[in-house]
Amino acid sequence: MKRFWKSGDPFIWLSGGALAFSLVMVAGLVILVLVNGLGSFWPSPIARLTLAGGKELMGQVAHREKIPQPGAPPGASERYRIQVRVGNRDLYGADFVWVEEVSIVRRDFPAEAVLIERQEWGNLYGFIKEVRDGDRVVARGPVDGWKGLQASLPGATSTSKDIRRVEKKDIGAINYAQEQIRLRMKKLGMRAREVSPEMAQLQQELETLAAMYRVQEARLADLKKTPRELLVVSAADEKEKELPLSQIVRAYQPNAMGLWAKSGLYLSKIWEFVAGEPRESNTEGGVFPAIFGTVMMVFIMSLFVSPLGVLAAFYLREYAKQGAFVSTVRIAVNNLAGVPSIVFGVFGVGFFIYLVGGSIDRLFYPEVLPTPTFGTGGILWASLTLALLTVPVVIVATEEGLAAIPGGMREASLALGATKFETTWRVILPAVMPSILTGLILAMARAAGEVAPLMITGVVKLAPSLPIDGFWPFLHLERKFMHLGFHIYDVGFQSPNVDAARPMVYATALLLLLVVLVLNLTAILLRNRLRKKYAMAIM
Amino acid sequence: MGTRVGMAVENQTGDLPITGPPKGHEGQMAAPSGLRMQDQPVGARTVVDPMIEIRKLSLKYGAKVALEDISLDVPKHQVTAFIGPSGCGKSTLLRCLNRLNDLIDGVTITGTIRIGGTDINDPSLEITELRKRVGMVFQKSNPFPKSIYENVAYGPRIQGLQGHSTMDEIVERSLRSAALWDEVRDRLQESALSLSGGQQQRLCIARAIAVEPEVLLMDEPCSALDPIATAKIEELIAQLKKQYTIVIVTHNMQQAARVSDYTAFLYLGALVEYDLTKQIFVNPSKKQTEDYITGRFG
Repeated sequence: MKRFWKSGDPFIWLSGGALAFSLVMVAGLVILVLVNGLGSFWPSPIARLTLAGGKELMGQVAHREKIPQPGAPPGASERYRIQVRVGNRDLYGADFVWVEEVSIVRRDFPAEAVLIERQEWGNLYGFIKEVRDGDRVVARGPVDGWKGLQASLPGATSTSKDIRRVEKKDIGAINYAQEQIRLRMKKLGMRAREVSPEMAQLQQELETLAAMYRVQEARLADLKKTPRELLVVSAADEKEKELPLSQIVRAYQPNAMGLWAKSGLYLSKIWEFVAGEPRESNTEGGVFPAIFGTVMMVFIMSLFVSPLGVLAAFYLREYAKQGAFVSTVRIAVNNLAGVPSIVFGVFGVGFFIYLVGGSIDRLFYPEVLPTPTFGTGGILWASLTLALLTVPVVIVATEEGLAAIPGGMREASLALGATKFETTWRVILPAVMPSILTGLILAMARAAGEVAPLMITGVVKLAPSLPIDGFWPFLHLERKFMHLGFHIYDVGFQSPNVDAARPMVYATALLLLLVVLVLNLTAILLRNRLRKKYAMAIM
Repeated sequence: MGTRVGMAVENQTGDLPITGPPKGHEGQMAAPSGLRMQDQPVGARTVVDPMIEIRKLSLKYGAKVALEDISLDVPKHQVTAFIGPSGCGKSTLLRCLNRLNDLIDGVTITGTIRIGGTDINDPSLEITELRKRVGMVFQKSNPFPKSIYENVAYGPRIQGLQGHSTMDEIVERSLRSAALWDEVRDRLQESALSLSGGQQQRLCIARAIAVEPEVLLMDEPCSALDPIATAKIEELIAQLKKQYTIVIVTHNMQQAARVSDYTAFLYLGALVEYDLTKQIFVNPSKKQTEDYITGRFG
């Protein structure tokens, strides 16, 4: 036994086992997220359930679980219940219902059953009764109605797209310009009381804009008036619903679709998720603004954290006299990495938002006050807070890289007549670059996954506009933004429709993992290229 | 090699105050006392046309004395070797010559060192200027993690030299001088760290001579190399002394005997004996030197 222990085999097994356990845990997590996240986009069939009482239900089976029967005799048969997504929230009030399997008399999958994704009120399940154009019936019955719907849906969708474009882009631009002019007028009014020619000119511009606004408004009304086609759908229990075609995001008959059609639909749904805007208080639609916000925040953070951390590390390792004080600073920096992130968030609010942001507002945006511009949460402050949070990681990694550079390399450069700065800039910095990138990778991974400090420094549930847009100065660092991590929390735990949001939680988590992975892979590839270039055998 | 010394002496007799008779030809022993001048180092050989003059040099690391009262002259366009057991201060002495010891905290240096007539410890002298005149090759080859080309071009670039064609010329000339050109001409853009140990050391020599220094310091340049690479470097040293004044620190006494014209033996921070290499190895005047050379200690 003693010899067995001495041989070292148990240690190998122990260490190997620990690694295997960790890998299994990670793989399990990834698989869980993957299956739940990607599976939710697959168009599952619509089941029509006839219950014992004669009631009919139609929807997609979302979940099946055993009913716990405490006190039941050991031999009793197990009972199951299923969760059905019946949709039609405007008709029934709830998206999901639980049905005991024993009460189901009949279960079939009618081919004509239609699933309609709507702009509002979630999914609609039912059969097409008729398609109307105003009062005129275009097509009647499930089969003809489906054909009629296919024929007129593209036109309706493009009309509703036009409406949205006019609302958002054209009128949005006018609103923005009006707001700018009003602010300038306010500024002028603050400076001089009397009416100046500039003021009159602004007034003139404002009136031009108002005229333009009226034109766009008329256009919008015109668009909305164009013959609105209606779809009449009868639900499983014969309730009817009239639906304007412009409300339809997507309509399909999952029971009648083949594998190819389903795959195409699957991909288009994934694309909508990745590239689309959220709908229905984030429980449907896409998460593009959140992806954009996350990536942009990480980039801005990297912009701040790399120079700060690298310079600090250079001073600590290259210039400062090594001694008790530097050691203390080093320990403090290491400990900073262990401070709970919410503490950094509080600091961000107190220092960046109230002190710095408030001062900027008083100095540069007095005309907007009391509405804050920089004196409230925004992507800049969130990024800066995260930069503070992650700067120890960069400092430690850079310092370790500097320590690993042989002293001979510095001496060689100095012996050639280079100054200390030239040595640092031309020899040490390139040599330590891979270590800096390692630090940056760790910092980015941490920052992308951090939520707590962001919640109080600028992340919102739904941001009206992205931090980058077509209006000068294009980059709006003061804007609030959306973030994947916060999106997970918000959709999963703050949403009124938790059951419908659950797939979104997994899909968003998957996306967050992917974003972190892509950011890291980019940095790792860059680092490996640098390493290869210099064949950094010493590191 | 003795002939060269002799010739140098003959050429310079008119200019330099030499009290004793000039040395004849190689192998001829000269009485050290006969060559000594009043301000010349005691116990060391006088050198005609010195490149480096060290006078009463002492160096302390904090309270620890590393070099004590060292005075010697290093002749121009000759190879001078510093030998001695580990910790005798020979590397420290070498690093005094380009003031690399300045990097270490708590070092105090007294005495004077003149290179080409300038006092190198003069506060008005730019240390970078000195180091451009005094190149150095280290014990452990230390190429920069850059391409071969960039390694050689580093020094000239630091000096502000620009222009592709001039730089190409300098790189080629330096690599040729370091006998490395033929081996690397096709892969100048590859990493210097992909070279073998011996090639790396020759690259370091090329890098040092790219700035055309007057003096080349070599701190045990072959201690990490195999015999073949060592032989190449030694051959190179013999070539380079035509243009440069070379000071080499070595552990290997055969190497000192092979490559150097003059040899200084240091022990415990003091200069024990300094003379023509032939003299030191054939007929040392001090018992300590003889013991060390014959391997009785050290």
